[in-house]
Amino acid sequence: MTTKSQRPEVVHDYPDTSAYDPKTRRMMDTMIAAERRFLAERELEECECKDGMFPNPAASVTSRRGFMAGTAIAMATAGALPRLASAAAPPGAVEYAVPEDPTKVQGRPIAQDGGYGTRSQFETEVRWRFPTKTLESSWTMTPLDKSRGMVTPSGLHFERHHGGIPTIDPARHTLTVHGMAKRPKKYTMADLMRFPSVTRFHFIECSGNTFTEWKQAMMKTVQVTHGLTSTSEWTGVPLSTILSEVGIKDGAAWILAEGADAAVMTRSIPIDKCWSDAMLVYAQNGEALRPEQGYPLRLLLPGWEGNTHIKWLRRLEISDKPFMTREETSKYTDQVKIGLARQFTFTMEAKSVITFPSGEMKLPGPGFYEVTGIAWSGRGKIQRVEISTDGGKIWHLAALQGPVLPISHTRFRFPWKWDGTPAMLQSRCIDETGYVQPTIQDLVAARGVDGHPKFGSIYHNNGVQTWLINPDGSVVNGNHQA
Amino acid sequence: MLMRFFPTSAIGTCVWLAIFAAVALSVPASAQTFDFGTAPTAAEIAAINIDAMPDGRGLPAGKGTPSEGKAIYVDNCAACHGTDLQGVKDAGGAPLVGGRGSLMSGSPKKTIESYWPYATTVFDYVKRAMPFNAPGSLNDNQVYAVTAYILYRGDLIGEGDIINAKTLPRVDMPNKNGFIADPRPDVNTYR
Repeated sequence: MTTKSQRPEVVHDYPDTSAYDPKTRRMMDTMIAAERRFLAERELEECECKDGMFPNPAASVTSRRGFMAGTAIAMATAGALPRLASAAAPPGAVEYAVPEDPTKVQGRPIAQDGGYGTRSQFETEVRWRFPTKTLESSWTMTPLDKSRGMVTPSGLHFERHHGGIPTIDPARHTLTVHGMAKRPKKYTMADLMRFPSVTRFHFIECSGNTFTEWKQAMMKTVQVTHGLTSTSEWTGVPLSTILSEVGIKDGAAWILAEGADAAVMTRSIPIDKCWSDAMLVYAQNGEALRPEQGYPLRLLLPGWEGNTHIKWLRRLEISDKPFMTREETSKYTDQVKIGLARQFTFTMEAKSVITFPSGEMKLPGPGFYEVTGIAWSGRGKIQRVEISTDGGKIWHLAALQGPVLPISHTRFRFPWKWDGTPAMLQSRCIDETGYVQPTIQDLVAARGVDGHPKFGSIYHNNGVQTWLINPDGSVVNGNHQA
Repeated sequence: MLMRFFPTSAIGTCVWLAIFAAVALSVPASAQTFDFGTAPTAAEIAAINIDAMPDGRGLPAGKGTPSEGKAIYVDNCAACHGTDLQGVKDAGGAPLVGGRGSLMSGSPKKTIESYWPYATTVFDYVKRAMPFNAPGSLNDNQVYAVTAYILYRGDLIGEGDIINAKTLPRVDMPNKNGFIADPRPDVNTYR
């Protein structure tokens, strides 16, 4: 067993940024430094062997969590209150003393947590904030590397905010529906909750997900390359119910959705989508929405880019034309190689990624591994996921974990015996329309990389992700190398 | 038997027919609408109906000029967007002008001047979300004035031009024809 100080320093190598102009280089270097710090902090939290997702009991004593737990025991024994150690607990957890043998002492008294549970003090995964300049206009990414199943815990659902997270009293929040409506309405939350409800599982993906990977393998972990997608169970009112209530006037074609945050976020939505599967949701994973997800009310547009799912929804204005707000003109538009920019690029096309093994993990040695990951499509169900271990030459069928739901993360698995030689792991999915997830090169060939001075392009990169497995078991981002 | 309960006079029949008619009409209507919520007053809608559309709909009364806007810009915007309107890197403020003609260069500089297709969007966005440290704090005249100042610095209007609900939609934006519809899927990988 080695201690942290005796461990060889892990060098995180990144692409050389010296060829870029000074401004671009500064931005890239800031981003790289932030991920480097994140990885360094995570190493402190993790066990010594760093063997992917597998806990190593031999090393856990020297991990920070193990150390803190040991301290708590010592303090408890010495008569100090265990609560003193709780400051060291990971977010969402409370630090408790760890008994030598949990069968020989009573556990914690029941319901002393105030009636709302916490996660284990040994679980440390957290959302990671992208290093934007302001803390109010920024985004955080879901730790997909540790994800299981298809549902994202509400506290780990990715975030994108343009004006911080508002604190809204639901008793004072209202939704006003007006414009080309025969009977304009103002609804309280209590009004909205009286309507017949529906519950559905859906992913939400930011169209900026994977934006760093257009030109080269830029970031290290699947959290940072793909963590702007999450799936929840959502409950609310079909928007079609509300449109029936207010009565749509002839000629109406678009609806402006507006949030009650400091950005007063707005997007124009074609009315067809509003009549089909759009929802006004107030619940997520069986409880009220998290504030970061739009409490008390958010628009949910299944399969459409995350920015359109307006949070903290306060107003719907029915109109004949789109409103051309900032977020649908200067942002969330995709310049393609003819020099023009695609606008209203709503659909999130089929995409998949292997979450284990993925970047910065290390396989302990040759042998059996269950390759797993998630696939999703804004156009419906995932029909099939294929795995390649040789960079796309040969494809094997992966097993899909049921239920396979439309417009939802779908977990896939593939049993793999690693022989210890270099491997290039890839997944590609096919959705129920027959669309096959393209390679990044396919997308670049169609769209070019002249749309952004730094990254080549930003939105809608649903290309195949490559992970390289080195002979020592280390896993690195292999985009553009297959 | 049943007929005994119905009045037989002509007037009474008319009353009953009217009641039947009312029931017949109202049943389907009430089945379609729950009628929850309340009708918002005009004032309630006006208080939050802040958007401005490219054709000028939604733009409020008021006006402003570049020279009026300069002082407002310096006080409220320059800390993040710079006195040169080129953005202050450490504050996270984007450049607002410049970059005209750069969109096809491979290193596009996307600003209000070079990229935004509608001048009304500047008014809409400043009114709803700016300044970042005090969003929604400028009155309509101030928003018109600061919009005018930015447009003037982008060589989109003259120094003496008055920007109001009539003139703002007429500002000719260089990239107004720069957007196309989304044709995706654009990669033919279907099976």
